[in-house]
Amino acid sequence: MKTPPPLAKAPLISDWVRFAPDRRLQVFSGRVELGQGNMTALAQIAADELDVDPACVAITGADTTRTPDEGFTSGSMSIVQGGMAIRFAASAARAVLLAEAAKLLQQDVETLSIEAGTVRRDGPDADLDLWDLAAGADLDVPVLDHARPKPPEARRIAGASLPRIDIAERVTGHPFVHDLAPDGLLHGRPVHPPALSARLVALDLDGLKARPGVVAVVRDGSFVGVVAETEHAAILAARWAANRAEWALDGDAPADPVAAIGASDEPAETVHEAGADPGSVAGTVYETAVTRQYLSHGSIGPSAALAEWSGDRLTIWSHTQGPYPLKEAIAMALDLDAGAIDVIHHPGSGCYGHNGADDVALDAALMARAVPGRPVLVVWSRADEFRSSPLGPGMQTRVRAVVGEDRRIAAMDVVANSAPHGNRPGRNGSPNLRAAAYLEHPKPPARSRDVPLANGGGTDRNAVPGYAIPNLRIAKRVVHAVPYRTSSMRALGGHLNVYALETLMDDIAAEIGEDPVAFRLAHLDDARARAVVEAAVAETGGAFGSEAGEGAGWGLGYARYKNTAAYCAIATRVEVEEDVRVTDVFAAIDPGEAINPDGIINQTEGGIIQAASWTLKEALRFDGLAVATETWLDYPILTFSEVPRITVRVIPRPEEPPLGCAEAAQGPMAAALGNAVFQALGARVRDLPLTRDAIVTALSS
Amino acid sequence: MAEAEPTRLILNGTPVEVRADPETPLLYVLRGELDAKAARYGCGAGLCGACTVVVDGKAAFSCDVPLHVVAGASIETVEGLAAQQPPHPLVTSVIERQAAQCGYCLPGIVMAAKAFLDESPNASRAEIAAALDGNLCRCGTHHRILDAIEDAAARMTEAAR
Repeated sequence: MKTPPPLAKAPLISDWVRFAPDRRLQVFSGRVELGQGNMTALAQIAADELDVDPACVAITGADTTRTPDEGFTSGSMSIVQGGMAIRFAASAARAVLLAEAAKLLQQDVETLSIEAGTVRRDGPDADLDLWDLAAGADLDVPVLDHARPKPPEARRIAGASLPRIDIAERVTGHPFVHDLAPDGLLHGRPVHPPALSARLVALDLDGLKARPGVVAVVRDGSFVGVVAETEHAAILAARWAANRAEWALDGDAPADPVAAIGASDEPAETVHEAGADPGSVAGTVYETAVTRQYLSHGSIGPSAALAEWSGDRLTIWSHTQGPYPLKEAIAMALDLDAGAIDVIHHPGSGCYGHNGADDVALDAALMARAVPGRPVLVVWSRADEFRSSPLGPGMQTRVRAVVGEDRRIAAMDVVANSAPHGNRPGRNGSPNLRAAAYLEHPKPPARSRDVPLANGGGTDRNAVPGYAIPNLRIAKRVVHAVPYRTSSMRALGGHLNVYALETLMDDIAAEIGEDPVAFRLAHLDDARARAVVEAAVAETGGAFGSEAGEGAGWGLGYARYKNTAAYCAIATRVEVEEDVRVTDVFAAIDPGEAINPDGIINQTEGGIIQAASWTLKEALRFDGLAVATETWLDYPILTFSEVPRITVRVIPRPEEPPLGCAEAAQGPMAAALGNAVFQALGARVRDLPLTRDAIVTALSS
Repeated sequence: MAEAEPTRLILNGTPVEVRADPETPLLYVLRGELDAKAARYGCGAGLCGACTVVVDGKAAFSCDVPLHVVAGASIETVEGLAAQQPPHPLVTSVIERQAAQCGYCLPGIVMAAKAFLDESPNASRAEIAAALDGNLCRCGTHHRILDAIEDAAARMTEAAR
């Protein structure tokens, strides 16, 4: 078994698990709960290795005062890395405690077992529990000296669909950063500049200070924030200021940013090659070029943070994906020692990537600095969320395939063009926090390095086809020249790259008269890949491949996320009248070891619906340098009435390592929709979203 | 701000008095004054439904209803449904069916569903979905939420027998 990377920074058993006097098993994770259910799965892993009742596990997510530093919770790595660290640590605790029990009972350790946290000696209760033993054992010892995870067949709790530990509180309680209300609470609102390059020219700060309920006004360069006694007073004051502030905008924006990305002459980088240069391979050439617009994360609850300065110390409660990196980024932005800052994760609304969570934390820190000793809660407006959060990048992907006389793809050339992904806080030597760019001593975002393919890729995520194609040349072009701030959003480039590859697969199959399933299977030599494709089609009960009805069509999409994570195939049926309506979705996913199968189904259903929404409906609008989208009226997403019937089949492989799975559906769902529309209309829509206008354009070209 | 005249409301069956500017949207009164924070801010414009509460039996977006408009009204929030013994079937079903990911949108959805099912206890799935079109969910949990609401509707019908 591979050593889990998080153990490098947190090597001791006690870094991860502790036995509290109240008979709870405390588990410390450097991951954060984003609504995906990872804390429940991590708790299951710990309970399983130690054979304790899962109800006695108390798990703490990332908190710079007390948990391991696991960087960002991103890329579907919570279980793959964080979960395996906890598995190792809990198994090591078990070994140390059973050795202690063997000593106390003068028994051979092989005769001892654990049941519900109690030691058993050849079966009967030995009147010792793990907490008794922990009191006398040293758990400040390296995990790797003792780790011996259970074999797969011995697992009982990992692999079971236990209910989420946090759902009741999320449905009926007050669990969010937005709900924090410590004594002395004040409310802050930023007055965001309209664009990244905007500078404040004029604002009546005295007039703002005199607005009802205002306690403090903060201006640092072009950053403006207002702090008030009540939330509504802060909102009204910020609105007053936004209506009066004068800004100067610097620079130009292309009229059509996505077209500019596709036409960019910035350098492309070859990221993967195999066999001969595809340009030299003879055969019939098939090509496609597809685009997607800039997308919004669109969390239902906007970004929020609570900050408080106490003397020289700053404490921030944030729904960031990375409390430790955020701490470093805030220190960089404010020229502080990171040792003076604590960042404590507290839940926010659903997180699908690098949204405004980190930015609002700096906003809150700047505003709270004006009122030392008073906690300041900052919640962005919906317009802030659309206009000031990092955006999901616009993209264009081009694919050229060469098909040989054997009717198989002999070569493929892929060029993925995109605004940058991966501009997370603290990356590349700059804070990468929005307000930092506006300060009197500005710290603008450094030039993006996107995400290297070795880390799953950004622009080029899933640009390498998962099919057995002997000659490949895969390139990415990261386009920096378009002036909008973009970063990582669920699946990154995988959403459009899979759309490109999988729609071209169908184009070729249709052209040469092959069945799309058979054509894919003929190019898949990985048995697990074949299994998900076959399972998704089988789930349709014979409907896939038969007549879908007038104006209706079936489509298939497949990818292995990041080419290293979960395998996912999706078959979907659409009906096209004026708009595309998705009626049915059948998905099959192979996540390797499934810690919590229902959690995997929930994430896959969610991925399917979200990807359908992106692919059918979503596009941000711009007005020069600014994002013009301000309300949900400008940015419709899939509604309850538009949601299809969904069936997700999990193919668990308990003997295999767990694979990240929560982003696996995005690409295949998009591609399945494109292919279903193609079957329904006979027209290939290459520019997303698949709206009425896009379909009319495709039909008339 | 000048001290406002008290406004009387009935919150989850209990009479309450609040002193807030009568123009304050109900949402901020619920959250800031009455600790009913399961009504959540999403857009401030009645376009996402996260702030939905039930006012005199009808679903309302509390983010754009000024306090004075609801003076004297009966306001129901999910805290009230959760505090019932046993909890309201909508709360029980959503939790049992794990019909949440982040859960931010859910109190609004539960309250919209409550108002709708009270009027239309035998609604079809499609009718329930249509009644929820003013409530957005970004995690994509719609499917499970509809399952849970259908389940709750069946329990409510059973209980009414």
